[in-house]
Amino acid sequence: MAPAIDVRGLNKHFGERHVVRDLALQVEEGEIFGFLGPNGSGKTTSIRMLCGLLRPDSGEGQCLGFDVLRESARIKRQVGYMTQKFSLWDDLSIAENLDFVARMFDVAERSAAVAQAIATLGLDGRQKQLAGTLSGGWKQRLSLAACLLHSPRLLLLDEPTAGVDPKARRDFWEQIHQLSAAGITVLVSTHYMDEAERCHRLAYLAWGQLLATGTPAEIVSARGLSTWIVRGDDVQRHSSALRALPGVRLVASFGAELHVSGGADNGLGGELARFAAANGLAVAHGKPSLEDAFIDLMQNTSDPLAA
Amino acid sequence: MNTASASLRRWFGIIIKEFIQLRRDRLTFGMIVGIPILQLLLFGFAINTDPKHLPTAVVVSDAGPLARAWVAAMKNSEYFAVSERPLGEAEAGEMLARGEVQFVVSFPPDFERALVRGERPPILVEVDATDPIAAGGATSVLEKLGDEVFTPLLPGYRPPAGKSVELRVHKRYNPEGKSSYNIVPGLIGVILTMTMVLMTGLAMTRERERGTFENLLATPATPFEIMTGKIVPYILIGLLQVTLVLLAARWIFMVPMEGSLLLLYAIVFIFICANLTLGITLSSLARNQLQAMQMTFFFFLPSILLSGFMFPFRGMPDWAQMIGNCLPLTHFLILVRGILLKGNGIETLLPHLWPLFAFIAAVLALGVKTFRKTLD
Repeated sequence: MAPAIDVRGLNKHFGERHVVRDLALQVEEGEIFGFLGPNGSGKTTSIRMLCGLLRPDSGEGQCLGFDVLRESARIKRQVGYMTQKFSLWDDLSIAENLDFVARMFDVAERSAAVAQAIATLGLDGRQKQLAGTLSGGWKQRLSLAACLLHSPRLLLLDEPTAGVDPKARRDFWEQIHQLSAAGITVLVSTHYMDEAERCHRLAYLAWGQLLATGTPAEIVSARGLSTWIVRGDDVQRHSSALRALPGVRLVASFGAELHVSGGADNGLGGELARFAAANGLAVAHGKPSLEDAFIDLMQNTSDPLAA
Repeated sequence: MNTASASLRRWFGIIIKEFIQLRRDRLTFGMIVGIPILQLLLFGFAINTDPKHLPTAVVVSDAGPLARAWVAAMKNSEYFAVSERPLGEAEAGEMLARGEVQFVVSFPPDFERALVRGERPPILVEVDATDPIAAGGATSVLEKLGDEVFTPLLPGYRPPAGKSVELRVHKRYNPEGKSSYNIVPGLIGVILTMTMVLMTGLAMTRERERGTFENLLATPATPFEIMTGKIVPYILIGLLQVTLVLLAARWIFMVPMEGSLLLLYAIVFIFICANLTLGITLSSLARNQLQAMQMTFFFFLPSILLSGFMFPFRGMPDWAQMIGNCLPLTHFLILVRGILLKGNGIETLLPHLWPLFAFIAAVLALGVKTFRKTLD
């Protein structure tokens, strides 16, 4: 089966700034593909290029079998795009918003589709409420429902869970997995590590460049990190001393613990054992997390323009 | 503890921040400087409530020296710019209807003989009184022209009962000189200019400002559908506004309605389109609603002052008339007053119809060039 997204060499400039460089991306049909990277790394721009909101300066490829440069009108019909900021109409009611979007996409059996969406949302008694008065979690659910009205084959979700409480986030991801099981491809950008771990595959973007792709496990193991957990009284006091030890690449605080990571076989274990003994701390072998891998990725690569 | 007391340092912080933001907002800064200058120029130089050199046609059936002397005296008063070409009565009447001349002065066939005989021959002065203020000064000057014009040419002549001629002034189209006849039809144009430009300007920038434009662009909707779909409601609102003003004009201000209502609505429709294209274009130039509002104001001010709505168009210097001629309101005022007060038909209106189309074409070209199909 042809991948849902298959693009190569996508570039985008805003004036002097080169915000996306030679982006190559393959996303299989039915996959949940996570898009990660720091703010300003080009995630939103990449998503906007995929759904035809921005025209790439150069590059080629297809999205759902249509050319990304020439057939954006046809791509739009089969893509559900959820913007980072709530972008439905605050001064339209829930039902009016859904009805408008359904009209824009020429949805067959429009009123049935809208009624169905409202029922699925569980908003039956509230369809006349103005969208602007909804809470963050409900706005997000409404946006997703609006994206799904025209039964898209691909969902592009730009930080859909920003500012949403944990329960709503969990429900949201349950729904994403159901959609994926039904064959819908999902490309979702996020800053949350727990969400990244729920994706089938990930891509990590920084300074407009794709730095890593793969399953969460592949990305972690590709960094070749070994991680130790350091515990003890007032352990935070030692973090800068630990950071200065030879071979240490990362030190991160987790409550009463410090996670210290370094390359796989550089004798860091022995170094840490000596340090712990001298300072009355305990050291145990841990597992590098996805977050460790990303922070390491970010610290050990640099902006090609700054170089 | 400094929680309740005022701090000078804090206060300066607010002042400095305000200045920094003001400087960044170029358009607001432009307004602060531009509006006073614009108003000074317009009120100081362009506006003149006692216009001179008003175009005048003379119908002379008796081209003797006495009639010529009277015409020369009119010219000398500086209130009249008399066309040199001799005109027939019918032709002069048409020029008055088209608004090309403000006055038509007619001398009867046996003017000289009747004058010499002391029969007090009439001089017929037809005034286009659609704008009673514009013609007021000149009309009062005419009434002062009198016997001293003729006495040097007629030695020993003694005018009968103090007056040698009978001046018959016909205030055409507005015999009672009511300014409401002039203002109320003009208001149609002013109201449409303000609401149409502003509302469409806001309609597009509102989507952009709230981020909903991105959602709209992500749907299969085409720019053409978006633009025209957004315009249609305002066309209907505009037509509703016009109907309200017309009803008030007819039943409250008793403004005559001489011409065809259908023609009036057709012209109104074209004028609405001109303003809507401008509104849409401004909105694709403006980055937010405030800017759209400011741009509308910059357009609205000269429209009000230089179109002939508030002050007589003919009283303005050439440069101001040139600017005025580029504004759709100027032409619309002549068209709407022509239809309502003069009962003009389409053929009389053509000279002021094509500028509206030219305006639409020019602004539309600019608008299509600046409309962003994507978010780029």
